[in-house]
Amino acid sequence: MAKHTLSVLVENHAGVLSRVAGLFSRRGFNIDSLAVGVTENPDISRMTIVVDGDDYTVEQVSKQLNKLIDVIKIKQLAKDESVSRELALIKVAASATTRSEIIQIVEIFRANIVDVSKNTLTVEISGSTSKVEALEDMLRQFGIKEIVRTGTIAIERGNKIIKVTNNDEE
Amino acid sequence: MKLTGAQAIIKALENEKVDIIFGYPGAAICPFYDSLLGSKLNHILTRNEQGAVHAASGYARVTGKTGVCVATSGPGATNMITGIATAYMDSIPIVAITGQVSSELIGRDVFQEADITGATAPFCKHNYLVKDVKELPRVIKEAFHIASTGRPGPVVIDIPVDIQNKEFNFEYPKSIDIKGYKPTYKGHSLQIKKIAEAIAKAKAPVICAGGGVVNAYATEELCELSEKCRIPVITTLMGIGSMPTAHELNLGMIGSHGVYAANYALHNADLIIILGARVGDRAMGTANKIAEKAKIIHVDIDPAEIGKNIGTTIPVVGDVKLVLQDLLAIVTKGNVDEWVANIEKVKAEHPLKHMEGTECGTVKPQYLLRTLSDMMGENGFVATEVGQNQIWAANYFKVRKPRTFITSGGMGTMGYGLPAAVGVKFGQPEATVVAVCGDGSFQMSMNELGTIKQNKLGVKIVIFNNSRLGMVREIQKQRYCGRYSQVFLEENPDFVKLVEAYGFKGERITSNLQVKDALQRMLENDEAYLIECIVDPEEPTL
Repeated sequence: MAKHTLSVLVENHAGVLSRVAGLFSRRGFNIDSLAVGVTENPDISRMTIVVDGDDYTVEQVSKQLNKLIDVIKIKQLAKDESVSRELALIKVAASATTRSEIIQIVEIFRANIVDVSKNTLTVEISGSTSKVEALEDMLRQFGIKEIVRTGTIAIERGNKIIKVTNNDEE
Repeated sequence: MKLTGAQAIIKALENEKVDIIFGYPGAAICPFYDSLLGSKLNHILTRNEQGAVHAASGYARVTGKTGVCVATSGPGATNMITGIATAYMDSIPIVAITGQVSSELIGRDVFQEADITGATAPFCKHNYLVKDVKELPRVIKEAFHIASTGRPGPVVIDIPVDIQNKEFNFEYPKSIDIKGYKPTYKGHSLQIKKIAEAIAKAKAPVICAGGGVVNAYATEELCELSEKCRIPVITTLMGIGSMPTAHELNLGMIGSHGVYAANYALHNADLIIILGARVGDRAMGTANKIAEKAKIIHVDIDPAEIGKNIGTTIPVVGDVKLVLQDLLAIVTKGNVDEWVANIEKVKAEHPLKHMEGTECGTVKPQYLLRTLSDMMGENGFVATEVGQNQIWAANYFKVRKPRTFITSGGMGTMGYGLPAAVGVKFGQPEATVVAVCGDGSFQMSMNELGTIKQNKLGVKIVIFNNSRLGMVREIQKQRYCGRYSQVFLEENPDFVKLVEAYGFKGERITSNLQVKDALQRMLENDEAYLIECIVDPEEPTL
């Protein structure tokens, strides 16, 4: 099934996240990832939701989300017209013999080493899901101890913006 | 004006022109009940919080106003849940106010604490947990706005007891601005033009009217469209009353428990105009098959309903009344005479069974309901329970006006009818109000007889007593090889004695020959009155 990215503006107050998450579970929709953070307006948060499903599902997700009073605006972001990123922190086993090889790989990916210990390296990478997965794949041979990934966040390319307007036209 | 939170709630309710509330007190809502003393609000004490929501629902349905109910925290609030879910499924405007434990104790599992905003989120239109008394006026104003506009529904306001006691400067907001809530009322003119074109071309069109037609007060427009273009009308359970039952173009209810001619029209149409109906499984179990054969026009105020259960050729988001008004200005009749004649023939070949006046040792519910609707006249209201009684009433009671047939459609909540009838009677004090019950469902809410007694309400009750959970028994008979499991109510109480204990009259009848006289006595009596009808346990729903 295809992945769809929804950019959702919501009221920034308690309970909104549980309303959105609850809606997905009770309507049987699958969330691939969900990232939430405050916007340029502190009263409003943006959720970037990646949904797994066909066109019917995505239409239903959008419509049902729109019914939530706390949801202000929803836009589906087309892949080729938006930039999407996720961030991952990967703690990988590193011995004296493997350390330099790992650092080389990290450099190829333009990722960063953010922490180091006698037998581990922690790598920070941001990029598309596939880039993060590719790095993960390369590091697996050394022994990955732990991975922490954010959900995908996305923004439209060019001068288009998604903003709250009080009139329906815009 | 300096007020406490509790006083502010009362003031806000007065500002919303609420005159009656249904509720049940408890510790966490005591400040509100204290402020209630001396206010002009009429508070009706029900016998269970669920009864309060159902009564508010019945009241809302017959008046078109928002019903209000109140309960305390914990069990008071959770008792309301079934009523809230019932109102949500049937799009009934309700504001439910619950007390909550003190703000600083929330989350610590203290006495009578339950997360009611969390619990009701899946089946209410919106809910609020008030954390700052200064928010209270805005929250209540928003709650009434949200409950009553767009697609109506229940809104829950949870108010901790300390917030009710806190003083603040009360000012009721004059306007509302909810960024994420702007219902669409006016239909898109281009889409409406497409409907008119489709109707002009259709050879076998049918209109499927749902509860949205009732909610939108669009009966007049529906009848006009149907008559002008000679399009037969079928209704869902919630759509009953959107067109008079006796109207020549009304074929009756569709669905698994519907009328033959209505289902025939649905399955043989080339154009189906769905108005304010959500294509539920009980109405259109095979929606996709139906859509393969016919063009589907779907008009609904809730965009999420369009395309949810049936593929749509022409979707229109908007208020049914406004859309129909725009449509009526441009629509012309198609070449439908052959279709209408065919439908009339099917209707005549498959009439409803009447079973008049036969002496059979039991009462035929169908006959009683037909007779009752004839005798009640224009100002008669019926609230049904759920089960066989509901389907008999849906198919046999002749509904004359919208908002007079009150039933739990989507949720199918047993125990709805009697408390709903209480709310109906408060909403229409001059009207004859009959609760149609089965012996099973009546016993789910018969505690509300206490509310009827305390308020001297002239609510009439008809119980079809087959000593069975008849609908479930029928399912077990048909689909489980007659392996009956837990459907026998052989040790029912004496219902006549029961109502006598509450101080009003009742009688038991066992034959169709007694029906007219018994109904006469019931309708002539100003007080509450019960008729218990002994019904054949084998009496089928259809």
